Amino acid sequence: MAINSDQDIVTARQKGRALAMELGFSTGDATLIATSISELARNIVSYARRGEITLKIVQASSRQGISIIASDSGPGIRDIRQAMRDGFSTSGSLGLGLPGVRRLMDDFEIASEPGRGTMVTVKKWKL
Amino acid sequence: MSKREVTSKDSGTRSSPGVEIVRSEAPSELLRELVAHLRQNRTQLREEWVVRITETRLLTAMTKEEIFAEATSVYDSYVEALETEAFEALQAYARNLSERIIPRGVETHEVVGIVLLLRDVLARSLFAKYQNDFKKLNRILDAYEPAANRIANTVAVGFVQERERVIRQQQEAIRELSTPVLQVRERLLILPIIGVIDPQRARQLTEQLLRGIRTNRAKVVVIDITGVAAMDVTVANHLVQTVEASRLLGATVIVTGLSPEIAQTLVTIGVDLGKMNTVGDLQGGIEQAERLLGYKVVTLAEPR
Amino acid sequence: MEVPILKQGEVLIATFQAALSDADLNQLRMGLVQQVVKFRSRAVIVDVTAMDVMDSFASRTLREIAHMIRLRGAETVIVGIQPEVAFAMVQLGLTLEGVATALDLEEGLAYLTQKFKHTD
Repeated sequence: MAINSDQDIVTARQKGRALAMELGFSTGDATLIATSISELARNIVSYARRGEITLKIVQASSRQGISIIASDSGPGIRDIRQAMRDGFSTSGSLGLGLPGVRRLMDDFEIASEPGRGTMVTVKKWKL
Repeated sequence: MSKREVTSKDSGTRSSPGVEIVRSEAPSELLRELVAHLRQNRTQLREEWVVRITETRLLTAMTKEEIFAEATSVYDSYVEALETEAFEALQAYARNLSERIIPRGVETHEVVGIVLLLRDVLARSLFAKYQNDFKKLNRILDAYEPAANRIANTVAVGFVQERERVIRQQQEAIRELSTPVLQVRERLLILPIIGVIDPQRARQLTEQLLRGIRTNRAKVVVIDITGVAAMDVTVANHLVQTVEASRLLGATVIVTGLSPEIAQTLVTIGVDLGKMNTVGDLQGGIEQAERLLGYKVVTLAEPR
Repeated sequence: MEVPILKQGEVLIATFQAALSDADLNQLRMGLVQQVVKFRSRAVIVDVTAMDVMDSFASRTLREIAHMIRLRGAETVIVGIQPEVAFAMVQLGLTLEGVATALDLEEGLAYLTQKFKHTD
């Protein structure tokens, strides 16, 4: 899904919730997933202007899960460790985005290169 | 039709090298012959199977009559699955059977054991019938074995799945029992927490409390942690989150049973107890809750 | 998508629909403050029952609304936060500190009535 505007954020999180419910996640988990998508998509819009959100169904041994990949070719993050600390922000927002998303989800991975872009991959597993 | 074709390909590749295959009948033809044989000898083969089950000391939790009744149903579903190559009915029967026998303590190895015994009994009868025609026996077994394996697999998987479902259900029930949300007065909930809190339980506890607040329209919640085994940073943070989430739903939380020692430790490691409304014991907590409700006012954090 | 703002006596009630975009939220913020001034309202109730996601932007907007309205001498109550949404919010560290909350519209109105009685 292309993320170019604040309207796309709404569409992306609605699709995420629908997919989560379809996979049999609880409404509680579906809310966590939709909220994470909203945060990740908002980071794209506020820092990189445009990017992409990809939702995937993932399987590991007997567990099924959902994976969200948020990627952009924006300015990138210079200090990832600092960005993962609560309260850090460079766009005047609350700056809770990334560490908050890490708390909402089970797995969290981030790769970023200044000037090249950022890719965040998060996963939530079904109980 | 396409299923049959797959089967014929399977049986072709399964033949050991060096064995000459004379394809005088199609595999479906063979299966038909096989099914006819099993139907004809139903009484005898079923009897033999039941004897073998008893001899092997399987299904000891069941009476002889029960074993016989189940054996009859399994035998017929088995033959039907062979004939139609449709496994849904067998699958449904396996699930239904599992549902009945799991509460009686029947183990996975017993279920797998009886299906393998049936496979063995039937294979032996095929050997006996075709022992003078080795080539035909070979072809019959080629048709029989893949189907028999699939049947064994279907039944075993059905049993294990049902068992897992029962276990999940019981785990859920235990968790719910361990965190009762009690309504003592109108709009007042009490949540006594006992035992060890891990992240999963903390989450479940919070979700249950939030639902409780909504359905009971609670305004005050007393969380009593006298019975909590250990309180570390993680547990304390969960507690703080529960308090904050409850407030978002418009309910005030009073935490009781926090010993001075634990409180001291928490402050030392940097947990913000200022966000928590704490009262020494449960009785004091309920009294304060009633005062709050008497005024019919929700205390809210004042703007800073 | 526009957020309807209802006037009920001294209270303004804004009801959020599901799926509000950032632009909608910004528009609501401006609209509410203007109306509070226009009607000299004493309080605003923001009903978020229909919102199935409350992310950091929405949460920050709600806090800003509450602060701006307080500067106008009126009070804000957020009502109808769903249990799952509340859970996700605290995980994100969004606690709407300093903003009054109530279970639903009815409770929010009751809270304000009580409050007005004390200050009158």
